[in-house]
Amino acid sequence: MKDVTNTENKKSSNRLKFSILILVPIVAILFSITLGRYSISVKEVFEILIAKALGREIDYPKIVDTVIFQVRIPRILTAMLVGSALSVSGAVYQGMFRNPMVSPDILGTSAGAGFGASLAILFSFSTLGIQAMAFIFGLIAVTLTYLISTRVGKGGNVMYVFILAGILIGTVFQSFISLSKYVADPYDKLPAITFWLMGSLSTISQRDLLMILPPFILGLVPLIAIRWHLNTLSFGEEEAKALGINTGRIRLLAMVCTTLLTASAVSVSGMIGWVGLIIPHLARMIVGPNFKSLIPASILMGGTYLLIVDNVARSVASIEIPLGILTSLIGAPFFIYLLMNTKKGWT
Amino acid sequence: MKLEIKDMSCGYDKKIVLEKISFEMGTGDILCILGPNGVGKTTLFKTILGFLEIIDGKVLLDGEDISTWKRKDFAKAIGYVPQSHTPPFPYRVLDVVVMGRTAHLNAFSSPSKSDYAIAENILESLGISYLKDLIYTEISGGERQLILIARALTQEPKILIMDEPTSNLDYGNQVRVLKHIKKLAERDIGIIMTSHFPDHAFMASTKVLAINRGSKYTIGTPEEVVTSELLEDIYKIRVQIETVKDSISGEEIKVCVPIMHD
Repeated sequence: MKDVTNTENKKSSNRLKFSILILVPIVAILFSITLGRYSISVKEVFEILIAKALGREIDYPKIVDTVIFQVRIPRILTAMLVGSALSVSGAVYQGMFRNPMVSPDILGTSAGAGFGASLAILFSFSTLGIQAMAFIFGLIAVTLTYLISTRVGKGGNVMYVFILAGILIGTVFQSFISLSKYVADPYDKLPAITFWLMGSLSTISQRDLLMILPPFILGLVPLIAIRWHLNTLSFGEEEAKALGINTGRIRLLAMVCTTLLTASAVSVSGMIGWVGLIIPHLARMIVGPNFKSLIPASILMGGTYLLIVDNVARSVASIEIPLGILTSLIGAPFFIYLLMNTKKGWT
Repeated sequence: MKLEIKDMSCGYDKKIVLEKISFEMGTGDILCILGPNGVGKTTLFKTILGFLEIIDGKVLLDGEDISTWKRKDFAKAIGYVPQSHTPPFPYRVLDVVVMGRTAHLNAFSSPSKSDYAIAENILESLGISYLKDLIYTEISGGERQLILIARALTQEPKILIMDEPTSNLDYGNQVRVLKHIKKLAERDIGIIMTSHFPDHAFMASTKVLAINRGSKYTIGTPEEVVTSELLEDIYKIRVQIETVKDSISGEEIKVCVPIMHD
């Protein structure tokens, strides 16, 4: 009987954890709406949101409506989508490649998508064009990394080969990005590419949010659906096959979905590093390594994390600090902390 | 269920490791494969399991060519117990065992309560329920080996392929795993295992396949196959086979005694 209560305890503690993981982003959203040069109090935000939700008319300045619904909410939601997308991609990559050290930036996906997007900016493509190019080159980059590491790492220590291959491909695409900047018009295209690459959500509009929503959903839903099977996949190709998984098909699906997520994030916010590496680790510390809980936890925590970072980016100094710079500044020391304190799961 | 290997050649890429090997086994059999390092035991397993492509010949499961089987259906028929290793993430033991249900779930679902109940029953039957809430990466090598057996049983296969199930285990755990294997055969599961100890063939097998270099092989009952001549031939050492009596039951047990001086 003792075992039963043990399992029951686990279940209720998981429920509590997820209640907190859902509550925190809600509080963060409400707080974020109040944040900014035009001051709006939490009480006002509450009143306006409730009135809107119930379709009731209340009297408040037109500018408040614009600030909340045209500026702040699109930016908040976009930040959350970008954070979730990168975190889920990282978690899936870590399981699929059986390697807790990988993420979209480490495997070169971000650099590939970044190059695709720079090219698209260079040739004045539409937003959809930027997304498509980011997706295509992101997929090319991660496929190259995968092919190189399976070729080179035959039987050896694939874990490090993977990271090295990712760094290699990332560097190659970074060079291509530099090349695209070098040939860009210095008065118009160059600053656009540069600022976009550093990662910023300062110009996000409702339209941008609507643009990344479809690829986000398209990438996320299948990953949520197959999430439990990622556990089996993390035991390696042969064991997963022997357990009855069509590994080729599930890998292809996971690869396309994660690239879609990463590319949609990169196309709207530039290259934001570290999120995809750190959040899955934090999530694993809280809900454990089972992908059934890890994927939802990564979505919630990734979204909250990037929202908070974006809040810092837009309110700490009189000018906006690029997001990519902040995530690296927070990410690197945090990662060292993780390295020193995580005993489980680092082999 | 019957597994037939017919004139099969296997190997990596185009390099043939084992040539024209034929044998058959079925549920209730325990087939112990002996042979020196590098003779192709693992290659044989990987080919039967479909990880490597068959170069020539056929593998039939109840008369049907395995290349026509879907992964899922194949997994319901044949389970695999790999050598224990550490996965990259610290899963809970029960979560590892329930992965055996993969073949019984569709791609978009996760294990239900009844799947967990099956996994817990298997742990119970192996007498290792106390491990279920521990962390898989933190238990001992012997316990991990038992968990992998439990996972394969949760798959509910008819035939189990075990790659050196006793490697990395201490003396007591080796014997315990062999006892479990005998019990499984009584439950009408067929077992194919490899071992580096010819004694294991006497202890727990109904058939022995001894593979020597150059794809020469012998198959038969342990008494027929495991002889001092054969062991000398494949391992290049002198081995004497003796019979000892269990001092309690009086049962006769055959043992292999390697001779140290030349």
